[in-house]
Amino acid sequence: MSEKKQQVSRRQFLNYTLTGVGGFMAAGMLTPMIRMAVDPVLQPKKSGDLVAVVEVDKLTTEPQRFDWEIDQVDAWYESKVTKTAWVFIQEDDSILALSPICTHLGCTVSWEGNEEYPNQYYCPCHGGRYYKNGVNVPGLPPPAPLAVYDQDVKDGTLYLGKAISRKGA
Amino acid sequence: MMQKIYDWVDERMDITPLWRDIADHEVPEHVNPAHHFSAFVYCFGGLTFFVTVIQILSGMFLTMYYVPDIENAWKSVYYLQSEVASGQIVRGMHHWGASVVIVMLFLHTLRVFFQGAYKKPRELNWIVGVLLFFVMLGLGFTGYLLPWDNKAYFATQVGLQIAETTPFIGDSVKILLSGDADIVGAQTLTRFFAIHVFFLPAALFGLMAVHFIMIRKQGISGPL
Repeated sequence: MSEKKQQVSRRQFLNYTLTGVGGFMAAGMLTPMIRMAVDPVLQPKKSGDLVAVVEVDKLTTEPQRFDWEIDQVDAWYESKVTKTAWVFIQEDDSILALSPICTHLGCTVSWEGNEEYPNQYYCPCHGGRYYKNGVNVPGLPPPAPLAVYDQDVKDGTLYLGKAISRKGA
Repeated sequence: MMQKIYDWVDERMDITPLWRDIADHEVPEHVNPAHHFSAFVYCFGGLTFFVTVIQILSGMFLTMYYVPDIENAWKSVYYLQSEVASGQIVRGMHHWGASVVIVMLFLHTLRVFFQGAYKKPRELNWIVGVLLFFVMLGLGFTGYLLPWDNKAYFATQVGLQIAETTPFIGDSVKILLSGDADIVGAQTLTRFFAIHVFFLPAALFGLMAVHFIMIRKQGISGPL
């Protein structure tokens, strides 16, 4: 079958054109639908605005709990959401603001939440514990250290933003 | 009267071969519990289908009251549970059926596995069966969020975290499911509703049709 001219039969021609036209029509229908479905994935990452939380001179070397409110926009719902952080001054004078959300299953941890474990964050749900710097105590349910809030200090006030998770430890 | 209507339609459409082909065939002795009681193990596939039909019907009726919206989802479920006659029963069927269908599916899988019924020429039907199992798990996962109570919310948080651990595409998969990079909220609920009520049932029907056509084509596996 090696003729010089590759003839396209009427049947083949019709097959090609109909498949092509059908393909274009299918693509024309499906493209907007799929684009709609994947839209959230293609949204740019929101960095989250920094919000004033507390004056720096109120902070100590002991973790303290601070709550603040942010305006959350969830598509067509706007609401106030309370955020919480455990904040303290580290030995090198830098400030560390930890998210209280346990990396195991999302319960709320608290500093010295259990009398038996001083100097640790304790999660009441499955007994997960974290050291003062938020690193998880090995051999317990939590798989990763506590997330750290994005932070900034301006005019003696601590501003906190989004909690950034620290994976694996 | 009914016979006359049937004959009238049959004369024009020749429907007898159609339903004969679907419903009228012998049950081999080795799969008939009346002959060997142990043959009840062959019932699990049919029981899975039976419970699936209950799930589809009860689900259809639940959507008459349910609203997939974060302000109203829980309230609508509470209303249909407490105010609507038989609402508690219909939701109960859907709730318990969701677990029963997984159990039946699992028993059916065990029977096929231990009898070696998946072997040539039925490998493709095993594969379709595994896909059906995944679709059913997906239905369970997405349906769990819909009442929008605390258990639903936090179970979905955990489920999304599991999806996030997928290598390379984990983040995208999670956002595709939750509809927002940070929030499990309004868009998560509408997405899960759409997946639970339209996308996965469509996949389920297609796969079930293939599953059953292959059984008819190949026949049931022989006695051990």
